Amino acid sequence: MIEILSPAESQALLLSLRVSAVAVTCALPFAFATALFLARPHVGAAGRFAGKTLVDGIVHLPLVLPPVAVGFLLLMAFGSRGPVGGWLLAHLGIRFVFSWTGAALASALITFPLQVRAIRLALEASDAGLGEAARTLGARVFDRLANITLPLALPGIISGAITAFAASLGEFGAIITFVSNIPGQTQTLPLAIYAALQIPGGEVQAARLCGLSILLALLFMTAAEFAARAARR
Amino acid sequence: MSVEVFLRHRSGAFALDVAFETRGGVTALFGPSGAGKTSIVSAIAGLTRPQQGRIAVNGRVLLDTAARLWVPAEARRTAVVFQDSRLFPHMSVEDNLLFGWRRATVKAEAASIAHVVELLGLGGLLTRRPRGLSGGEKSRVALGRALLAAPDMLLLDEPLASLDAARRDEILPYLERLARETKLPMIYVSHSVEEVARLADEIVVLKDGRVSAQGSAFDLLTDVNAIAGVPPLGAVFEASLAEQRADGLSLLAFDGGALAVAKLKRPLGARVRVRLRAEDIMLAREEPRAISANNVLPCVVSALRAGGDQADVQLLCGATRLVARITGASRARLGLEPGVAVFAIVKSVTVEREAG
Repeated sequence: MIEILSPAESQALLLSLRVSAVAVTCALPFAFATALFLARPHVGAAGRFAGKTLVDGIVHLPLVLPPVAVGFLLLMAFGSRGPVGGWLLAHLGIRFVFSWTGAALASALITFPLQVRAIRLALEASDAGLGEAARTLGARVFDRLANITLPLALPGIISGAITAFAASLGEFGAIITFVSNIPGQTQTLPLAIYAALQIPGGEVQAARLCGLSILLALLFMTAAEFAARAARR
Repeated sequence: MSVEVFLRHRSGAFALDVAFETRGGVTALFGPSGAGKTSIVSAIAGLTRPQQGRIAVNGRVLLDTAARLWVPAEARRTAVVFQDSRLFPHMSVEDNLLFGWRRATVKAEAASIAHVVELLGLGGLLTRRPRGLSGGEKSRVALGRALLAAPDMLLLDEPLASLDAARRDEILPYLERLARETKLPMIYVSHSVEEVARLADEIVVLKDGRVSAQGSAFDLLTDVNAIAGVPPLGAVFEASLAEQRADGLSLLAFDGGALAVAKLKRPLGARVRVRLRAEDIMLAREEPRAISANNVLPCVVSALRAGGDQADVQLLCGATRLVARITGASRARLGLEPGVAVFAIVKSVTVEREAG
């Protein structure tokens, strides 16, 4: 399929793309809901203001915590003997550890604040008066959400998703801590680079993967710019 | 056709305490900024919740705090035309126009969509985006969108305030036509005497959150003592086109006489609103002869207000009230007092133009 790449390289590349795509897509609805909550003007009640500050802090935690710490926390919670992971394995047969789904979960968590921030900014920038106008024209709450709020936030949603996708391609610490470094299963591009550097004389291999990463990052950042511009029109 | 409004609300230093009733038609909420005009519109539309109040439109109660009754904004059928238009930027003009129509429980017919598009001259704009429209075009689209939502009443919150004089003159004829053709009760918020004089049937004057005067536009705008700080107009009244004269002028008959004006291209019997400026009316004790002015009306002085070196002389011409603004010196020289018979020489008459 991709002839200039070795089978191992294309395996790492495809796995990276799959992990990031699943991570961003699954996190998006939650990110939108969180951004909606955070962007709403806090009316009166001090309790709601405090709640908002708390949620804002928790959402941004993965951005400031060392990724290794996030991976470790995930391992504690979602490991086969962890409270959440154990339950999921026993009742639904879902396993995160040593699996690409675990890598996706770690990526989703790490890039979640990026999505929330972008969507929140778009929501805050759109005119609240438009929602009022829609109300007086008979649009109820979910109607307004689908036909006014969502389309107006679309540039933010798209650029947030693409930025999160690009960042997710580079995630290392949380993935290697949570789901280890298994070729074909959890070995994404950055983990493959790390693995190549562990082998004597693996620098050439590492450099090739590095170049591939740079190419991908540039591609997606440019795409984000174009998509946001197109959606704004 | 009636609108009943009673509101009492206090927030910070501002207290709103108003009660008024209208019999349909166009009711102007008139007053300086900060008088509470927009607060009233928000409360009627259901965008804000007053501490105490009762609002009913054509007998349908939308708010009654005593009965704990509250109809949410989306179910009130009180369409608002906002000062800043508030068109949805991600939709075409057509989708904007149909936004309320698609959600209305009682839908306007397809024929009436075509009618609104024609009435407001929107035909050429339908596929465009709001971003590319001029200020005047945006106002017209916002007006059409509100009308097509098939509302029980229309709230216009200074729809022309953000436009320059030329754009305002472009929209006003559309509003005049709308006021004439629709039976919808309308509340029109404005601080412009001209807009109020052209559109309103009734006026509610607001000051510091309270109603300071209320009455018909014809009476209130020509009452020398009604609205503090607002000079009265020469006259505002309805007339009907009585005759197309051979000399090229049109004769407008009103309650008290007739006025000859520049040719009006309307059918005989058409009702038009006539406005005179107080500065454009001269007074004479004897009937003037050989005079260039086309209109000389016999009147009786009914009231006076002298201020500084000017005097506003209120006159009755039949049942129609006129106001002449003259100098204090002229007033003294002519010996003008209530009850004195005079002739009003009208230098210039403004008649509403046809929209389009």
